[in-house]
Amino acid sequence: MATKTNKAIKISQKHLLGIQDLSINDINLILKESQSFIKLNQSKNKRLNVLTGKTQINLFFEPSTRTQSSFELAGKRLGADVMSMNMGNSAIKKGETLIDTAMTLNAMHPDIIVIRHQDSGACNLLSQKVNCAVLNAGDGRREHPTQALLDALTIINRKKKIEGLKVAICGDILHSRVARSNIYLLTMLGAEVNIVAPSNLMPKEIEKFGVNTFTDMKKGLMDCDIVMMLRLQNERMTSSFLSSNREYYEYYGLTPDKLDYAKPDAIIMHPGPMNRGIEIDTRLADDINKSVIKEQVELGVAVRMACLKIFCE
Amino acid sequence: MKKQYFINANIVDPYNSVNENGGLIVGENGKIEAIGKKVNTNNLPTREKPIDLKGKYIFPGLVDMRVFVGEPGYEYKENFRTLSNAALSGGVTSVVTMPNTDPVIDNVSIVDFLKRRGRDKSKINIFPCASLTQNIEGTNMTEFGLLANKGIIAFTDGTKTIQNTSLMSRIMNSAKDLGCLIMQHAEDYHLAKNGMINSGIIATKLGLSGIPDIAERIIIERDLALLEKIKCRYHISQLSSASSVEVIKDRKNEVKFTCGVSINNLSLNENDIGDFKTFLKLSPPLRKEEDREALVQGLKDKTIDVIVSDHKPEDEESKRLTFAQAATGASGIETLLSLSLELYHNGSVKLETIIQALTSNPAKILNINKGNLTIGNDADFCIVDLDKPWIVKKENLISKSKNTSIEDKKLQGKVTNTFVKGQELFKI
Repeated sequence: MATKTNKAIKISQKHLLGIQDLSINDINLILKESQSFIKLNQSKNKRLNVLTGKTQINLFFEPSTRTQSSFELAGKRLGADVMSMNMGNSAIKKGETLIDTAMTLNAMHPDIIVIRHQDSGACNLLSQKVNCAVLNAGDGRREHPTQALLDALTIINRKKKIEGLKVAICGDILHSRVARSNIYLLTMLGAEVNIVAPSNLMPKEIEKFGVNTFTDMKKGLMDCDIVMMLRLQNERMTSSFLSSNREYYEYYGLTPDKLDYAKPDAIIMHPGPMNRGIEIDTRLADDINKSVIKEQVELGVAVRMACLKIFCE
Repeated sequence: MKKQYFINANIVDPYNSVNENGGLIVGENGKIEAIGKKVNTNNLPTREKPIDLKGKYIFPGLVDMRVFVGEPGYEYKENFRTLSNAALSGGVTSVVTMPNTDPVIDNVSIVDFLKRRGRDKSKINIFPCASLTQNIEGTNMTEFGLLANKGIIAFTDGTKTIQNTSLMSRIMNSAKDLGCLIMQHAEDYHLAKNGMINSGIIATKLGLSGIPDIAERIIIERDLALLEKIKCRYHISQLSSASSVEVIKDRKNEVKFTCGVSINNLSLNENDIGDFKTFLKLSPPLRKEEDREALVQGLKDKTIDVIVSDHKPEDEESKRLTFAQAATGASGIETLLSLSLELYHNGSVKLETIIQALTSNPAKILNINKGNLTIGNDADFCIVDLDKPWIVKKENLISKSKNTSIEDKKLQGKVTNTFVKGQELFKI
């Protein structure tokens, strides 16, 4: 029965480049598939054979710990042959272009390529040049779709729904692909989204995506069900986006007194890696009653398994 | 050369306020001998066989004020021979070349080389620019006087802007003393830092750094404030925003200067960038539809003097990259006239205004006797089938680089013949 319904609803896209390209049906399909892997990941035998014989290449041009390991583990648990390439040591350093790298890998007949790249749109370019499915593991500041999907899954697991919830996304929105993907996904699923950032870290015309913008964090957190913090990229400090870490913490760090403005049962999320004491009070980050940060990592593997399975088919 | 007689053409020569049906006689010396309605079968010598143009248009050869040629240093992108063939197919008979070459056109000896190459390899008139600063570094001025004596038509850092206000005032003083024309690419570097496209919703959506329109406006306002005190020949290469047009309109009555616009900014907007089309990574960037409309209005009411192609040939390798890594600029000299005619066909701008911005206006700013069909002048002109439909295909482009910003666009109006000094150098 279950397989029948899965066949009836098929994913509309060949590649997973961004949440922007997905329909609500696509998202529900991925989230539903992910649910089935959560249990598996907690059990003793974590191995399935759905991707046996398939080849997955992880192409990471930017350093990544959790996303890369999460994708690698996801592929292995599904039985795929996973090859992770650290592009720091590759032909790119010798002057090869992304397209040429893509052509080279394509000749080895992979079934899926997972790519992270520092340039926005790199995954789009890659997808035009290869025959297999491309999964975006983060491109520049544009999108990080699996992060948004795992965030949605975490929210659903905790709150049983997304529609009607009030979500605050706080911090360095300007440089954040996580923020963009989450904005598309959460607004599509019917949440009300507040964006909280100093003007220097607020992207131009972001309100046109149907979100409310706040420079005052307390106002932005008012009555929120979810508080999603973003990593402050320290290199921003040198280009004078901000004056100092301590001032940023004072105004935009998540502290108990600011969290008081959110709903009493509000949960705290963070895509990691965290800067404790800069964007988040270390006690809040570790508060098991409020923080779901570890759960996000756990569900990340399930979401990536679902994506690999769906886009490999 | 035999004498040539053309009859039954629609002649548009804004310099001489000619817009009438008539003919054109080109003498044996390649000069214009007669023009206008008086040239018709009734008063031509009977033994001559005139060419009946059957209502096609004759325009003066276009003067394109902003063209990048790859010589020296980037010959694989475009050389004088390929440039002139591309130009001729678009009705362009005179070009002003930018100094952003390798090495940069910033000293007298390289000008000699350039003039020799231009003379030997080019079939069109080449008017080279030298840079404002040595090696386009924005620090030390070049020798305006000596370079001008060698035949440099104007000074510009091309794709770069003079950021230092004190240096800009000194450049203006020198230009004033020596009577030189300076052309500024208006962009504040700090505001435009890392920017790739217009700042706004598209940039936010694509995750690309934006270039705000204020980056252009700040430089324009600064330069015009300086120009008020230091009256020199000053030209703003390209406007891109409604806000700039507004400033220009306000100031044109008080200060004497001129400005141009790229055909790209008149015809396209930021939405055309779509899914990271690197061929539309341009400088200045394509902006909102409101900006494009303001530029068209500015051309219509003559706030903007000149249309340029901003022809910047880039090979495929420089464009087949991520948006951040891709080179900036589009090839456009071949489609300059046809794309400009879109503004006439859709009723936005009068034909004479468009032709003026492509011929006599740039010639006047440059102080050259081109872009007109005055009797006794070189017969540089093009014949245009104003209604002929065609589709831009990169494989049909003549330029060495195929990075057109309007691939697959349907255009109306095509150059069928181009003449330089009376010689037919292009024919469909």
